[in-house]
Amino acid sequence: MDFNLSKTEELFLQMIREFAEKEVKPLAAEIDEQERFPIETVEKMGKIGLMGIPIPKQYGGAGGTNMMYGMAVEELSRVCGTTGVVLSAHTSLCAAPILENGTEEQKMKYLPKLASGEWVGAFGLTEPNAGTDAAGQQTTAVLDGEEWVLNGSKIFITNGGYAHVYIIIAMTDKSLGTKGISAFIVEKGTPGFSIGKKEMKMGIRGSATTELIFENCRIPKDNLLGKIGGGFAIAMKTLDGGRIGIAAQALGIAQGAMDETIKYTKERKQFGRSISQFQNTQFQMADLETKVQAARLLVRSAHYKKDNGIPYSVDAAMAKLFCAETAMEVTTKAVQFHGGYGYTREYPVERMMRDAKITEIYEGTSEVQRMVIAGKLFKK
Amino acid sequence: MKIVVCIKQVPDTTEVKINPQTGTLIREGVPSIMNPDDKGGLELALQLKDKYGAHVTVITMGLPQAEDILREALAMGVDRAILLTDRKLGGADTLATSNALAGALRNIEHDLIITGRQAIDGDTAQVGPQIAEHLDLPQVSYLENLEYDGKKTFTIRKQTEEGYQMLEVDAPCLVTVLAPAFKARYMSVSGIVEAYGREVEVWGADKIDVADEKIGKAGSPTSVAKAFPKSLKPAGEQYDVDPEQAVGIIVSKLKEKFII
Repeated sequence: MDFNLSKTEELFLQMIREFAEKEVKPLAAEIDEQERFPIETVEKMGKIGLMGIPIPKQYGGAGGTNMMYGMAVEELSRVCGTTGVVLSAHTSLCAAPILENGTEEQKMKYLPKLASGEWVGAFGLTEPNAGTDAAGQQTTAVLDGEEWVLNGSKIFITNGGYAHVYIIIAMTDKSLGTKGISAFIVEKGTPGFSIGKKEMKMGIRGSATTELIFENCRIPKDNLLGKIGGGFAIAMKTLDGGRIGIAAQALGIAQGAMDETIKYTKERKQFGRSISQFQNTQFQMADLETKVQAARLLVRSAHYKKDNGIPYSVDAAMAKLFCAETAMEVTTKAVQFHGGYGYTREYPVERMMRDAKITEIYEGTSEVQRMVIAGKLFKK
Repeated sequence: MKIVVCIKQVPDTTEVKINPQTGTLIREGVPSIMNPDDKGGLELALQLKDKYGAHVTVITMGLPQAEDILREALAMGVDRAILLTDRKLGGADTLATSNALAGALRNIEHDLIITGRQAIDGDTAQVGPQIAEHLDLPQVSYLENLEYDGKKTFTIRKQTEEGYQMLEVDAPCLVTVLAPAFKARYMSVSGIVEAYGREVEVWGADKIDVADEKIGKAGSPTSVAKAFPKSLKPAGEQYDVDPEQAVGIIVSKLKEKFII
């Protein structure tokens, strides 16, 4: 077993760190404060191929690995949780299901534009009455001649409004339960498809989180993704991949809070010495560093399995659970180490703490991750 | 148009410390990077590639691990990468370095040779101009902008202490570039994915037609006696007086410091 990064991954890390530091970090506080989608960053990411890291070259992607994609989400989130999730939702929740389930025509039509960043992607599963219990889909899709007619609404959709391509999960035959759920590709601007309320959030405030509304929205028959009735399986598999992305986001936020706290505790003097010299600081930070490293290994191990075609759904659940809870712990303690300053918006740790919280909730709450892990333990 | 960019791997001097006893750099644990001025020069070359379809070669002389910056250059978009490495080339000062590089450049087609103004580890700014002398090429140092007429003439803006000069020069020529003038592009993800699968040509001293006594330690008339951190010059005092008074002030200041 090799825990070292390859030469290619090292080169990639060098690039993404510099990009995050120079292009993303300077905007982090501003987009949070203004609740503004970082469209200029998305353009820059598209230009150098970050919007299509694991997409094969024949579909216009960079032909990289999921490992590299995870490293990108981590490094971006280390300085800006918002930018991390924009990339994660785009790649894991939209480009990946098209790559894994799309017809050749669908792949050729959508992937090159997604990989270049010309188009941003999103994914719509959650509804007001179908969150953790995703099988309770109320959005419907009915075949009418050569078109599917969609009706219903989705909520809490990341990249909503800014995305050009949406993977939409809808009920095609209620009598079949989860086997009656299908997945569709819906383009922005389709008549009958509109963007509803934008959520005002606690954290990741630069990311657009909106409602999607479908009122007799007609899409071509060919925009069905995968098979009729295969939508629930597509959604679950997509979320398995997405969870490693969110785990990487949480990991990045945790690492960012570590970086800030190490810097601050070395500079801050109380009782005549740096607070980093107190054993309380050192022991707590040692514990946190150990957890962050363990979290990183879980993320990389899950991406290693995904890259090598080994089942990874439980690994993804464990990575997300542990990374999210580590991010929450690290950021909360980071604020504590910063004392009163940490509670102000002058220092980034308060933002990191707000950003961390969502990682315990979206793309499957920590409770759902525990259900997935326990499901494997107690499988009959 | 064929462009060759000379690049150097240097310790990241923003993170380097100097051993006060020996006056040498403490290199342990210090990351190695592509010299910033060279990276600016590489960006200029890649912009000319984007605009005019120029073919860009990078060459570096150094230890085998200098391959890392060549891979970086490949990931940024260069067409060809050459590593000039040989024990015989070790211990070279600027003259021996420029002799070796000039020898290599004689074997590489070039309309334009680009070097950085200076390396952050040596700060001499000598190698670029020396290469031009060896190859008998016109040279413009401290370049901060370059326009190309698409045929053979470059219009160059050269930085001077007072301001700048505008110069016209025909290919083939050599320029030395200032990093701040060219914000280097990021490596592209696909470039990174491909970088380690592409060829880096490794050249030894036998690939260049330069006598052994002109390269390496043997070809180096100078050596580093002492290294010390650069200290900032203070702003100095300014007097707005007539020339006669000024002479008096200068003389008294020089006497004050026992210079005269």
